[in-house]
Amino acid sequence: MKIYIENRRFDLTDPSVNLLEACLSLGFDVPYFCWHPVLRSVGACRQCAVKVFKDEADTRGRIVMSCMTAPAEGMRVSVNDDEAREFRAKVIEWLMLNHPHDCPICDEGGECHLQDVTVMAGHVRRQSRFPKRTHRNQDLGPLVNHEMNRCIQCYRCVRFYADYAGGRDVGVQGCHDGVYFGRPSPGPLESEFSGNLVEVCPTGVFTDKSLKRHYTRKWDLQTAPSVCVHCGLGCNTFPGQRYGTLRRVRTRYHREVNGYFLCDRGRYGYEFVNSPRRILQALLRQGDNALAQVSAEEAIRLAKSLLSSGKCIGLGSPRATLESNFALRTLVSPSRFFHPLAVSQHLLSGSSLSLLRRFPLASLRDVSQSTAVFLLGEDVSNTAPLLALALRQAAVRAPRLAKAALLKIPAWHEAALRTAVQEEKGPFFLAATGPTRLDDLAAAPYRAAPGDLAALGFAVAHALDPAAPAVPNLPPAAAELAERIAASLKSAAAPLIVSGPSCGSEALLHAAANVAAALGKTNPQARLCLTAPECNSVGLALLPGGNLADVLRALRDGSADTLIVLESDLYRHADAALVDEIFTAAKHVIVIDSLANATTARAELVLPAATFAESSGTLVNNEGRAQRSYAVCPPKAPVQESWRWLTALTPNVSWPRWEDILAAMAVSSGDFRDVTTLGPAADFRLVGQKIPRQPHRYSGRTAMTAHIDVREPAPAADLDTPLAFSMEGSPLNPPGPLIPRYWSPRWNSDQGVHKFQIEVAGPLQGGDPGKRIIEPSSEPAGYFAPTPPASEGDGEILFTPAWHVFGSEELSVHSPGIAELAPRPYVALGPVDAGRLGVRDGAPVTVTLAGRTLALPARILEAIPPGAAALPAALADLPFFSLPARGSVSLAAPAAPEGRP
Amino acid sequence: MLSILRTIWTVFRHGFARRFTVQYPEQKRTYSPRWRGRIILSRDPDGQERCVACHLCSAVCPVDCIAIQAAEGPDGRRYPEFFRINFSRCIFCGFCEEACPTCAIQLTPDAEMAEPIRQSLVYEKEDLLISGPGKVPGYNFYRRAGLEIAGQAKGEGENQKPPVDPKTLLP
Repeated sequence: MKIYIENRRFDLTDPSVNLLEACLSLGFDVPYFCWHPVLRSVGACRQCAVKVFKDEADTRGRIVMSCMTAPAEGMRVSVNDDEAREFRAKVIEWLMLNHPHDCPICDEGGECHLQDVTVMAGHVRRQSRFPKRTHRNQDLGPLVNHEMNRCIQCYRCVRFYADYAGGRDVGVQGCHDGVYFGRPSPGPLESEFSGNLVEVCPTGVFTDKSLKRHYTRKWDLQTAPSVCVHCGLGCNTFPGQRYGTLRRVRTRYHREVNGYFLCDRGRYGYEFVNSPRRILQALLRQGDNALAQVSAEEAIRLAKSLLSSGKCIGLGSPRATLESNFALRTLVSPSRFFHPLAVSQHLLSGSSLSLLRRFPLASLRDVSQSTAVFLLGEDVSNTAPLLALALRQAAVRAPRLAKAALLKIPAWHEAALRTAVQEEKGPFFLAATGPTRLDDLAAAPYRAAPGDLAALGFAVAHALDPAAPAVPNLPPAAAELAERIAASLKSAAAPLIVSGPSCGSEALLHAAANVAAALGKTNPQARLCLTAPECNSVGLALLPGGNLADVLRALRDGSADTLIVLESDLYRHADAALVDEIFTAAKHVIVIDSLANATTARAELVLPAATFAESSGTLVNNEGRAQRSYAVCPPKAPVQESWRWLTALTPNVSWPRWEDILAAMAVSSGDFRDVTTLGPAADFRLVGQKIPRQPHRYSGRTAMTAHIDVREPAPAADLDTPLAFSMEGSPLNPPGPLIPRYWSPRWNSDQGVHKFQIEVAGPLQGGDPGKRIIEPSSEPAGYFAPTPPASEGDGEILFTPAWHVFGSEELSVHSPGIAELAPRPYVALGPVDAGRLGVRDGAPVTVTLAGRTLALPARILEAIPPGAAALPAALADLPFFSLPARGSVSLAAPAAPEGRP
Repeated sequence: MLSILRTIWTVFRHGFARRFTVQYPEQKRTYSPRWRGRIILSRDPDGQERCVACHLCSAVCPVDCIAIQAAEGPDGRRYPEFFRINFSRCIFCGFCEEACPTCAIQLTPDAEMAEPIRQSLVYEKEDLLISGPGKVPGYNFYRRAGLEIAGQAKGEGENQKPPVDPKTLLP
C-alpha cells in the first residue's frame, strides 16, 4: 500500500497498522499520549492530529487523529501542516493548564513523555492565569509513588493496570476536570505488574519509589543491556548505576520475551546488589571462629592448596551464569560437577530439559498469540509473572479475533474492540492446586492435588489422541472436563499447554508432554511452555551433573573431600539435615557467592562474586533462549566474576577475556555452539568507536570523586564487550543486543524505543538479542505412561507448595520494598479441612511435616481442595521441604490464660 | 627626530595620566553584581535550602564539575544530600545559574578563590550555602510547586485550587 507523507511516497508493508504507527515507523515525530504500542488506540488525548488530503488537488485537507485513522491507498498526509501543528500546540496547552510547576522535583523529569511532547508540539508559554486544580495523593505501597497533580487524563494507567494486566484496585474516579486515577482507598497496589505504571504513565503521576530513595536522573545513570535474574523467563532489563550503587531497573524491549513490560519482582528486586549482606572481600575461617578478611592473592593461594588433593567436587548454580558453571565444570572435571538440587528437584530439572528438547516451545509472544490455553498446575503469576501477563492476553485473543473479523474492526482500534468483546473470554482452562491470580480467566478452575492434576492432563491427551495412554479410575467430573478441554484445544488454531516444575510433580510434566505430543500430531502450531525455577536453571541442566544425595555419597565413600559451591545457598535447595551432613562430611568447603547466607556461614573460604550488575554473562531462559547480560559497572576489586575466580584456580587454562571462555564453551558441547554469536564480538565498533554506557549528558564527571582526590581517575577499561564504562563513544544507535538505553533526539523518555525498532512493536534494528540454543527434535514424540501420584511421608493432609512473587525468590527479598510485601509464614487450608479441624482464619496451628513441627498461623482459602494444604515455598523464614509431601495439621494448644491460677 | 621627541612626550604625559590599575590586594575594586565569580547556594525567604537537587546545573555544566545526590526529608522537601563543585574545573560560565529553576545556585562577584592546594578547590554544600536569598529575594519554589510539604497541604500554595474530592459527581 502506498501513502504520501509530506508529499513523499512510502510503501507500507503492513497495512494493518494505524496512521500514527505508520508515521512513527517511517521516522516522523508525531506527538501522542494515550496511544501505546501495546495498549493501542482509544483516541482520548487528541494530540496526534495530522492533516489528511483527499487528493493532490486538495489544498484544504482535514485534521484527523492519526491513531484512529487507518491508512488508505494513495492517502496524502501532512504531519507538519501549519493548521495541524497549531491544533497540537493548542491541545498540549489545554493539557498543561493544570499541570504543576514541579518538574525540578519530579522523578520523571528528564525522561518525561509530557516534556518531550510539549517541546515537540511547540507550547512554550503559559497564557492561563487561573488557579490550578490539585489532588490529594495516595500511599500506594512500597513500590510506586503517587502524585496526582501531574495527571493529564490520558487513561493509560487504568488501561494498562485494569484492562491489560487484570488489576482490580486501580480505577477512575470523579468527573470532568477532577478525574482521579487511584485506588478506592490508599494501600499497596495488588497487581504484580504495578511497576509498569511508572513507564506507562506519560508523566510523573506514578514514579518508582525505590528510585526515590536514591534518586538519579536518567541522564546520570550508567546503563547497560542486562537480563533479569529473578525468575526463569529472562526478561530484558536496563539496570542503572550511579556513584557505585544500583539505582533502578527499567524494561528493555524484547519482542519475543518481555515486550514492553516487566514484573515488580524484576523491576524492584535489584536492591540486593546494594545490600549490606554483600560479600566484598575474600574471607577465611580462622579455626572455629568467624570469617576474617584475606587478600585476593592469598585467597587464591589457599584455594589452590585446598584443591591440590585432586579430590574436589563442584556444585554449580541455577542462578550463576553459564560461564561460571562452565568454568567450575572445567576446574573439577565434568564427572565431578554436581547440581545443588535435592533428588526431586534434580529429577524435575532433567525432565524439563528433555521436554524442551522434544517439543516446539512458546516464547512469551507466542503465548500471548495463542487462542486456547491449558494451564496445568503452574501458578504462573507467582513463579513466572510475565508469563501470566502473556496468558491474560491469550485468554481474550480468541473472542477479539472473532469480533474483529465479524465487525471489521481493525486490530489497533482498542476502544471499539473492548466495547465489542466486553468480558468475553476465549478457551482458557486452568488446573491448579490452589488459588491463582488467573482464576478470573477460566470459566471453572479445576483444583486438585498435583497427582490428580496430572491425571487430568493424561486424560486430556488420551481424549485428543486415543493412542495416548488412558487414565484408569478417573472421577466422572474430571473425565468430562478432560473431554471439554480436548475438544477446545483441538479446534483452536494455536493451542498452548503451560506447565512447570513448581508443583514438584514429574507426572505433571509428563502429562503436559502427552498433551503437547497429542496436539502436535495434528496441529503444528501447538506449543508447549514450561517455566523454569531460576534465571539459569535450563543453562545448568545443559551441563549434566548429579544431585546433592550423590554429593553426599561421593563425600562419604572417600572419592571426594573438598567442595566448591558456586553461587547457591544449599539450604534453599534441600533439607537442612542433608546439607548439614554434606558440610560435615566435606573436609574443606569453598563458597563463591555475592551475598552472605547460610551456606557461606559453613564455608572455610569465601570468595566474593560479582552480581549481574557487575558481570557480563550468558543466561538460558525457560524456552532455551541464551541471552547476554552485560555488566553495568565494573566490579570493585577483589570482587570479580565467579568464572574469573574459578579460572584463576584452574591449572593450564587461561581465559583472560570473556570471549576466551565463550570460545572454549562453544567447542565443548553442541548445545553451546552458538554462544559466541549471541551478540557482537568484543572488537565490534560503531564507526570506529565503542558504545558508551553513560549518556552524552552524564554529569559530574570531574566532581563525583573530587572529595577523595581532585584528580579524576581514568574510566575503567572494558576488554570483554564493545561497551565502554564512559560517556565517550559512538552516538549512533547500536545493534539490538548492545542498546544501553533508549534515547534519541527529541525522545528523552523510554517512549523513543520505536527509534530502535524496525517498525513500531517490531524487531530491533540490528537483530533481536539472544538466540534459542535448544531446538525441538523433528522426531515424533512418544507418550509417557500415567504414573500413580507419588508423595512422601504419611499423614492425612497433602502439603503442596504455594509460591509467592514476593518472597519465594532468593535475591529479590533483599530489596526493602519486596521484603515488605513478602508474606509471613503461614499454612493455607481449605474450608472443609478447616471446618473439620475447627480452625478459624488466622488461628495458630501446628504443622507436622517431614519430621518437623512448625507453629504457623492458618489461612483459610476457598480454592484449596479437601485433603490438601499449601505451605509457602522457598520463603526465607521457613525451612526447605520437598513438596508435595504428606503431613498433618492440628489446632495449636491454646495458650494458658494469664493471671489466673 | 620629531617622532622620537613625540614619543618621549607621550610617555612623559602618561606619568601624570589617571591610573586604571589599583594596588591589589591592599586596594579592591567593586565588581558588578552580575560578575560571574564564586558560586553559592542560596536560601528561601523563609530560610530553607532552595536547592531541590534537580540536577539541571550539573547536566548543563560544560566541564561536568558539579556532582549532586538528591534526598528527600521527612517534611517532603527535596534537598541535595551532597552538592559538590570542583572549582579547579569550573570555568565560571554561569550556565548553572541560568539553568537553575529555583534560583538556588548563583554566581557572586567574588573572584578571590586562589588556593595553593588544588584539593582545597573542592567545595561541598556546607562551603556553598549562604544564609540569605542572594540576588533573588522573593522567590519560593515550594509555594508554587503544588507539592505537599510540612506546613503546606495540597492546594495551599500560590494560585492553587483546594484539592478535588473525587467521590463527588457534582458539576
